[in-house]
Parts: sequence; structure tokens; C-alpha cells
Amino acid sequence: MSALTHVSAAAGETPAPVPQPDHKGRRWVPYLLLLPGALWLLVFFVVPLLQLFTVSLQSEFPGYPGYYYRDLNFGNYVTALTDFAPQFGRSILFAGLATFFAFCLAYPLAYAMAFKAGRWRNVMLIAVIAPFFTSFILRTVAWRQILADEGPVASTLNYLHLLPGGRITETWVAVVAGLTYNFLPFMVLPIYASLERADPRVIEAGGDLYANGFTTFRTVTLPISMPGVLAGTLLTFIPAAGDYVNAELLGSDNTKMIGNVIESQFFRVLGGFPVAAALSFTLMALILALVFVYVRRFGTEELV
Amino acid sequence: MTRWLGNRFAMITALLVLLYLFLPVAYTFVFSFNNYKKSNITWNPEGSPTLKHWQDPCGAPGVCESLVKSLEIGVIATVAATALGTLLAFAMVRHRFRGRTTSNVLVFVPMATPEIVLGASLLTIFVQGFSNVGLQLGFWTIVIAHIMFCISFVVVTVKARLQSLDPRLEEAAQDLYAGPGSTFWKITFPLVLPGIVGAALLAFSLSFDDFIITNFVSGNETTFPKFVYISYLRGIPAQANVIGFSMFVIALALVVVGQLVSNARKK
Amino acid sequence: MARNSGSGFRDAQGDLRLQDVTKSFGEFTAVDDLSLVVPRGSFFALLGPSGCGKTTTLRMVAGLEQPTSGSLFIGDTDLTGSRSYERPVNTVFQSYALFPHLSIRDNVMFGPKRRGSADAQKLADEALALVQMEHLGGRKPAQLSGGQQQRVALARAIVNRPEVLLLDEPLGALDLKLRRQMQVELKRIQTEVGLTFIHVTHDQEEAMTMADTVAVMNHGRIEQMGAPEQLYDLPRTSFVANFVGQSNLGSGRVVDRDGDHVVAEVHSTKVKIPLSRCAVQDGEVTFGVRPEKVRVLRAAPEGAGDDVRGIVLDVSFTGVATQYLVRLPSGAVWSCYEQNLDVEPIDLRPGDDVWISWNPYHAFGVPVDEAQARAAAEAV
Repeated sequence: MSALTHVSAAAGETPAPVPQPDHKGRRWVPYLLLLPGALWLLVFFVVPLLQLFTVSLQSEFPGYPGYYYRDLNFGNYVTALTDFAPQFGRSILFAGLATFFAFCLAYPLAYAMAFKAGRWRNVMLIAVIAPFFTSFILRTVAWRQILADEGPVASTLNYLHLLPGGRITETWVAVVAGLTYNFLPFMVLPIYASLERADPRVIEAGGDLYANGFTTFRTVTLPISMPGVLAGTLLTFIPAAGDYVNAELLGSDNTKMIGNVIESQFFRVLGGFPVAAALSFTLMALILALVFVYVRRFGTEELV
Repeated sequence: MTRWLGNRFAMITALLVLLYLFLPVAYTFVFSFNNYKKSNITWNPEGSPTLKHWQDPCGAPGVCESLVKSLEIGVIATVAATALGTLLAFAMVRHRFRGRTTSNVLVFVPMATPEIVLGASLLTIFVQGFSNVGLQLGFWTIVIAHIMFCISFVVVTVKARLQSLDPRLEEAAQDLYAGPGSTFWKITFPLVLPGIVGAALLAFSLSFDDFIITNFVSGNETTFPKFVYISYLRGIPAQANVIGFSMFVIALALVVVGQLVSNARKK
Repeated sequence: MARNSGSGFRDAQGDLRLQDVTKSFGEFTAVDDLSLVVPRGSFFALLGPSGCGKTTTLRMVAGLEQPTSGSLFIGDTDLTGSRSYERPVNTVFQSYALFPHLSIRDNVMFGPKRRGSADAQKLADEALALVQMEHLGGRKPAQLSGGQQQRVALARAIVNRPEVLLLDEPLGALDLKLRRQMQVELKRIQTEVGLTFIHVTHDQEEAMTMADTVAVMNHGRIEQMGAPEQLYDLPRTSFVANFVGQSNLGSGRVVDRDGDHVVAEVHSTKVKIPLSRCAVQDGEVTFGVRPEKVRVLRAAPEGAGDDVRGIVLDVSFTGVATQYLVRLPSGAVWSCYEQNLDVEPIDLRPGDDVWISWNPYHAFGVPVDEAQARAAAEAV
């Protein structure tokens, strides 16, 4: 994610990293500095994850719904994977689609910011980040209204007979649109950071060698921006896969994602804790596996 | 003509995308002036646009309370996360120690974990573990959770700034009779400060806008995003739009001012 | 060895003395048993290619590195083990290392303020005046050009009147004209202020122009040390022969003695080297003569054999001189510089037959070390 933070630094023009000095301080200083933060993360990140795993193996006291005891009930995982496989698949699919669309929208924007914006570059950067400052719920709700049946978008599309179902909201289209929108900046910023770091003369040279603008893009620009694309894809896909707000506000019962299931299992289904935990853990494992494969394929250079 | 378009393709698309990004913000803004009767969903032509929501931003029950809660949580979480994260960043950049890889993983994996997993795991431990120690789901569990996920972002931001610091500067300070203490306070700290401030702002915005994790660990406490979500069914009061848009303007102003100040400093 | 307190270090005065100083980084020895004395008030140059250990030596004097073994004195004070902020030594860094968040004046005032000086500002202004930068005191480093930054870095070090002032390739980043200007400036300032300057550089011309004494370093050791003219006129190793200026070198054996000359057989040719200029009296020796001491003649000089008859390979006109590359029968290629003193234009062409000739007094003999000779010739 240094690609991400590079952007915040980009406005202040920080130079390339420099080899670090050797501090011959007392030996315990680094451990002292690490301790508070590391401890916090240990207690409130690692331990909860372990607890989550434990819960995913718990069973309910028969006759006492909502009360659990420690067990090795792998059946929870079976339930999780069989009963909710569609939602898992849907989450991956929606997240994948959202990531793809985000990429299509983000790349031109990042490209323009890096190469064509000139002095407007910082303004555009602020413009990308600014919408974040409005609550994300408010913005998602706004989309619901904008895409509502009576709203301008749906009416126009209906008029043009482009809407088979007659509506946008409560379909997968709205959910994917919401996901794309919400995570768009996460795709823009790393790609921008990658492109901004590139030497524009390399791209020019490419333009010299290849008559076709598209070929230049494909063989020179795109590979240079790959680290940013990689970071952006991960930063978009991972939260999108676990999201439930978009599905909740913009979708319907048959567009529920795994996030919705987890949330309802925890809060609305009595006795649903273990299954919910199993679902969460499976989701995390799934994502880690995908990330691993992806990163193996493309490298981890610019990741952190 | 197509040539002209081709050259400008990227820029045109870029502007369209930016427009797209602002659309919901604009919508929120417009509907803050809606003179609605029951719920702020359709535009009520009669009586709109009205300033009454702007004049009475706390008029709807729960809006200001949740806003205050969000701000309180934000401030506490920011201070704590920035402090802890900065210390971590210094350790990771400036010192050699055993367990480097472990601490790297420990700090960076939370950023790669979906919020729902973070929220779920914290829920399970608060309910099944910490409740034994008397910690109930509520204000402090939210603060704890926020500090947790903000630390990683603070570390990344401060680390980047620290790594770009020329170590020769500190050597020069020592060469010029500054002992370790003086070197740190007169040279290192002022130069890292922008990174720390940036990290704090990042942490605050992440905390303020957080919904999923907060929803899992908040119990009966309501933050501003949670309030908006809950009131969605009944109809979100336009005051929420007012607040939302105001936050946007304030944050935007801060960013712009910050830019101008740093530009002026360079002259 | 008794260790003085902090203020004891700061009051050290006298010649700088390094005694058997070694610095190793794990397996790699950067500085190998180095001993040298830099007299107080002199302008001393440490010259050598990259990686020879000159910067490491400088950093050890500054206190930014500690020697693995050996000691360091200023006058009678043992500075070994003391920290850089305890020593009366200041450095002008290669990248200047000006504090970006402080103004120029605050940068220069930094040292005096750390030492608790009451008129830090006055001292700073004086130092800035010395480098002609007093009118830019309020600016920030980013607003200055490279040359201006360099002057400020110098002022920032000089204002403290240290016992030893270290300069780590300070002119490297400047363009040629500015560099020449600064070389003169530095020499002037050093004379005016009277401090001991130690200048580290890889540019042998720079070292020879500015310094009273030059030490040539290679692989962590000092190959030769002395006044620039001495180094140039009489190199004592093949490395120095090729690093300081250029040389025509050839390896052979000592075969005879002729009065006060040594006779060596190099590529089947007998050459004479004055005894006083030959580091090797017996066995293998590398014979050398500087290109500008070799004359190129159209007709055979008296007593010359075919072994000094060669073919011109290349003629390069450089304005002041002409450089000829001549291939000799032995296969060796010699470089000869002749100043363009004649009124008539040059009339030698590649392919022409010529004889080369030199005064035996200009020859020197150094121990055989082909690798080092080559390395020196290729070093930038």
C-alpha cells in the first residue's frame, strides 16, 4: 500500500527512499517502541481472529438457543459452505465485476491525472478524495434515490427500452454499481501513484517506437503501472467481497452477498454465532487464497 | 475531429468519472433543501428549496447525538492510533531487531482483512471474552476497534515519510554538535511531522466514516454512519444531509488550506 | 588509554593523527591499517577511486563511524571512541545535507547554538559573508542553486572554527566552470581562516590544484603521500603512476647497473632508470615515463634502434597539445603529448613511421602490479 500513501506524499514531492542509518542505541529501544502498538494489535486483532475460529467450532446448547459451548463442531463449516455457497459465489462475482468496472473507470482518470493534468493535477487529486468526506452511507443512499424507479436514470432507460427488468434498484446491477462507486478511489490512487512515478520520457520513447497509440499503451504504459494496478485491484476486491451495505441498500433478497448472511447470522438468527463465525473465517481464507495466487502471479514489490 | 477527441480521450473520460464521483454528493446537497413531509425520498416541489434543515441541524432526534459520538470516538481513536502507529513506524524504519517479518505481517495484514471479518472477530471476543471483564459492547469497544484498524494506516503513512528522510541530515546535525536528543527534536521530528499529521487526518477520516466494524461492536451506541443506516428505513432526516455535506465542505477546506499553506511555504 | 570527558574532546588542538586505523564491515576491510599525520593548518587531500576507503576514513575522523581498531588523535587528545557531536570536527557533506526546514541563517547558526554561543547570529552572518551568501540568509535551501547550497554548507561548517574541517567530494555536483571557481574559493578561504582542511576527492586534478599534501588511497591503504609535484614527478607504485596523471608503462627485469642508473630489459629493449627514481633495484620492475616527456620524431635520433621505432595509430588535436598514439614493435602502445609550439601545422598521420625518444632522467621504476595499473587507468 505504499502506492497508496505515496499519493498523499506525492503532493508534497517526497524523493525516493534512502538507505537507513544504523542507530547504535541501546538494544531494548526498538522493542520498547514496538511494544504498545504491537500489543494492541496482538490483543485486538490476532486474538479476536483466534477467538473467531474457536467460535466457528462451537455448538449450541440444546434447548438453550443463543448459548454456546466449546466444541470441535466442523459441521458449522459444512453448513456454511453448503447452505451459503450461492452467496459466496455471488460475493466473488460482484466483487470481481466491481473491480473490473472500477479499473475501466479508474485507469483513464489516473492516466489523465498523471500525464495530462499539468497544474490541475493536485486539484484532481483532491477531487478524487473529496467525496470520501461525505459519509459513505449517505452516498450509497443517494445512489438508491438516484437509481430509484421514479428517478431520472431508470425512467430514461425504461423509455429507451434498455431495462429488461424494469428497474435498476434491487437488482445486481445496482449492487455492482454501488460497489464500483464506493471503491473507485481505492483503484484510482495506486494506479495514479504508479504512473506518476514513471518517467514520462519512457512513454514518449514508446510512442516513438510504436506508431499506434494503443500499442504504446499496451506494451509500455500498462506494464509500468502494473504495481499500482495490482495494489488497486486488491484494495478494491477485498473490501468489496466482504461488503454488505451496498447489497442491503441497493439490492434485494436474491442479491444478498456473504456479508449480509454473516451480519444476519450474528444479529438476527438466534444461535447463528458459530455459523456466522465459520462463514467469516471461510471468507477470509478464500480472500487470502485469492490474494496469494494473484500476488504470486504478479509479484509483491509495490504492495507495502 | 476524431483526432482531437482521441488526444483528449483520457481527459474527457477523467472529467466524466470525476462528475460521477460527485453525483451522490451533489444529490445529498440538493436534498438537504428538500421540504419533505414524511421522508426525504422524493422532491417536494412545494416549499422547497428550504433552509430550515440548515437552520436547525440538530432538529431531528439522534442526528447531533450520533455526530458528537462519532467526533468523540474519532478524536480519541486518532490520538491513540497516531501515537501507537508512530512509535511502531520509528521502530520498523530506524532499528534492527529480531522479529522484523512478524511485525511487518502483524501491522499490514489488518489492512488486507475484510472489515466484516475484523468486525466479526471483535464481536466474538467482546461478547465471549471481554464481557467477563466487564467490557460491554458500546462506546469503548468502538474506540478499541477503531484504534486497531487505524494503527496500520498510521504506520504506513509515517513509515513512508520517515523512509524518505535523508539520514545524512541527522549525521549533519550530530556533526554540528547536536546530541541524540537535540538531533531528534530539532531535525528528525520537525521533518516527520507532516507525515504524522497526515496520518492523524487519515485515521480520523477512517474512524469517522467507519460503518461495518462499528456496526458489529457498537451494541446500543450510535455513531453518525450507524444513525444514517438505521434511519434509512424510516427515512433519513435531511439534517443528516446537512451534516454530511458540511463535513465534506470542512474536510475539503482543510485539504485545500493545507495545500495552499505548503505551496506558500515553498516560496 | 584515558578517555577524556566531553569538553575535553572539544578542546583538542593540534595535528590530526591516525594511528594504525582499521575499519572492517564484516568480511570487507574498507580501511587497512592506515597511519597518517595531517599538520595543523594545512590543506590535505585524500585522493582515490570509489571504494578505496577515503570516505570511510573521513567519516571516522568526523566520528560518524568508529574504527574497528587503531586510534585517532588531535594533538595529544585521544578522540577514539568519542561521538561526532563531541569532536571539534565539522563536515561539508557531498550532498550538502542542509536542513530543509530551516532558513539558511538558521542552518549556519545551528552549530553555534548547540554549543551555547551567545552571538550565534553574528557568527553566522560573518560566515555567510565569507562565502558571499549573506544576502540570502532568509531563504530556504530548496530555493538555492547547487553552487549556493554548497557555499552555505561550507559556511555552516566554518562558522564553528573546528580544528579539522572535512570536505567529502564537495564539488562533485557542480559543473566544470563552477567547480574551478570553487576550487580557488576554497583555497582562499582556507588560507584566510587558517583551519586544517581535509578534502576527499576522486578527481586528481582537483586534489593537485588545491592541496599542500596529497595522499593517494587504494583498497584501504595509502599508496603514496606527498606534495602534488612529488606524486606526479615520481610515482612509487603502478597505481599512483596511472591514477595521478597518465603513464606509459612496461614490465620487465633489472639486468644491469650503469653508473647511477638501473638498466632494465622491457620488451626486449634496454632502458635506463636513475637509481633515485627506481623503487626496485633487482628482479621484476615496471618501467614508466609520462606521455608529455616522450618526443615523437620523424627521423631516428642518434643511437636509437628499431625497438623505439613505431607506427602512428592516432593523432588527436586538443588545442594546447597533440596526443599521439604510437604502436611499438613489441606491441605496446605508447601515448605521447607534444605541445603545439611549432608554427607549422602538424603533419603526422596515422600510419606514419616515427621514433620515440625521452630523457632517461624522466623515467621511473615501480614494483610490478599489472592489475593495479589497469585498475588505476580505468578508474574515473
